Amino acid sequence: MSFVSANWGDIVHRALLHAWLAGLPLFLGLLISLPVGWLAQRSRVLRPFLVVGSGLLYTIPSLALFILMPLIIGTKILDPLNVIIAMTIYTIALLVRSVSDALAAVPADVRQAATAMGYTPARRFLAVDLPLAVPVLAAGLRVAAVSNVSIVSVASLVGISQLGFYLTDGYERTYGTEIGVGIVACVVLALIFDLTIVLLARVLTPWQRVNAA
Amino acid sequence: MIRFDRVVKKFDGGSVAVDNLSFEAQRGEITVLVGPSGCGKTTSLRMINRMIDPTSGQILLDEQPVGQIAPAQLRRGIGYVIQHAGLFPHRTVLDNVATVPRLAGWSKAKARTRAHEVLELVGLPGDYAVRYPSQLSGGQQQRVGVARALAADPSVMLMDEPFSAVDPIVREQLQDEFLRLQRELGKTIVFVTHDIDEAIKLGDKVAVLEVGGRLAQLAEPAYLLAHPINDFVSDFIGRDRGYRALAFQDAPDFPLRPEPTVELGTTPAQARLATSDGWLLVVTDGRPQGWIEPQRITVPIESAMLHRGGTVARNHGPLRAALDAALSAPSRRGVVVDDDGRLLGTVRADEVLRAIDAAERPAIDPADIAPAESP
Repeated sequence: MSFVSANWGDIVHRALLHAWLAGLPLFLGLLISLPVGWLAQRSRVLRPFLVVGSGLLYTIPSLALFILMPLIIGTKILDPLNVIIAMTIYTIALLVRSVSDALAAVPADVRQAATAMGYTPARRFLAVDLPLAVPVLAAGLRVAAVSNVSIVSVASLVGISQLGFYLTDGYERTYGTEIGVGIVACVVLALIFDLTIVLLARVLTPWQRVNAA
Repeated sequence: MIRFDRVVKKFDGGSVAVDNLSFEAQRGEITVLVGPSGCGKTTSLRMINRMIDPTSGQILLDEQPVGQIAPAQLRRGIGYVIQHAGLFPHRTVLDNVATVPRLAGWSKAKARTRAHEVLELVGLPGDYAVRYPSQLSGGQQQRVGVARALAADPSVMLMDEPFSAVDPIVREQLQDEFLRLQRELGKTIVFVTHDIDEAIKLGDKVAVLEVGGRLAQLAEPAYLLAHPINDFVSDFIGRDRGYRALAFQDAPDFPLRPEPTVELGTTPAQARLATSDGWLLVVTDGRPQGWIEPQRITVPIESAMLHRGGTVARNHGPLRAALDAALSAPSRRGVVVDDDGRLLGTVRADEVLRAIDAAERPAIDPADIAPAESP
């Protein structure tokens, strides 16, 4: 407890950085996954390539990606941008399939009716497909959020400041309390992300909460 | 008016869904496309609003080829109702109905006012407007589907088996209301069904399609029943054609016989005095309730004791109803009522049969007795 009170300001600071490094990629990854997932759902030919291909990205070890990133995009090794981009890639890896599945779950007769009412394809996507995809999409987003919070901590090995620091630092100093604080802080952060997504999905889907006839 | 001009639709892989289809759906009429699965009826319907484009030939809407109209714009001018209604689960009933007016650029307030009007029209009063589709029964969802199609007041409506997913009693209600609504609105409607009875009940014209997408016959229902053009059509129409055709012939003035009646609550003794034969008609306020056998009762007549098997025919209504009333009454005396449902008298089956004998049948079109079909 004394470690927490003595380092409270530092913990909060690192937690905010951690949230930023995990949260921004979540948002960017979702933005990119939407069109890619949409394409995968529409094209029977492209689907296996897009879904399996993006899924394979997840198998790249995160440490390798953090180190390789500067070589690929020419940033400095300590640039947080490396982490942002790498985490965006992991988010895409998890979300393309979710988006594709979420869009596929929109009932065919609803989609057909929307087209027959005179929706243009783009407008239909925004007004009908996307709102109906929210429940499945939110489920995928929750997994990606928790995974991001966990993977980001690895970035402390390449010197990017966030909660992972307590794990590496605690390990070097063989100071169990510090490692414990790092773990608990990560778990709390992951829970906050998870809860936020659940609440957001609830607000976006009032129609899911009514009692069926 | 909708005109199919030598329309062909082949799908990838070469299967022919619609084969050289030409016909007209007249303005203000219900044209029913009916046939077994695989006859191309739904494909034909979807070509009208360009959900599917034909391989060759064209479809004209008031003489303008639909291929020349941008799909989204074309569809906003055509009401569309499908089997499971296809309502948007994430929108309230009101916003579902307001969809097309909103797409057409109406203000939200104006679109919602209009949506309330149409919901009223299909028999769903105000408090349904704020519900979500999942809170409605199948029949109610289907009404919302019809309201949604009507909201922008299109002159043309396409309906794809709209009533086939609800139970028979609700289906009949929806069909009756649909006909009442159509008498008021006079839309040009193309209606797809696999149910020949529904086709005959609802259609001003019925187009029977064969597997492979060929038009076998297009005619008014009464004509179809009287003169099916080939074995396929007669088989598809099914049995009891002669009897079912009577639904389209109105009964003449029958020599109605007065029928002694009693009210509920009549004692056994009074009931026995009121009739000379075995059965006695019970009425309330002049309206027939059912039959009773005075010899068999021991307590004053109660509603639960009545024989309810007899149907009731409206005076000058269809001959089919008159004959059925006579056949179904346990007394064999068919009950005939006025438009308010009040008893006018009874008619016997032999009298109805004499009227049927005297009634004219639809004259056969000489073209339908041509010696051979053109190849």
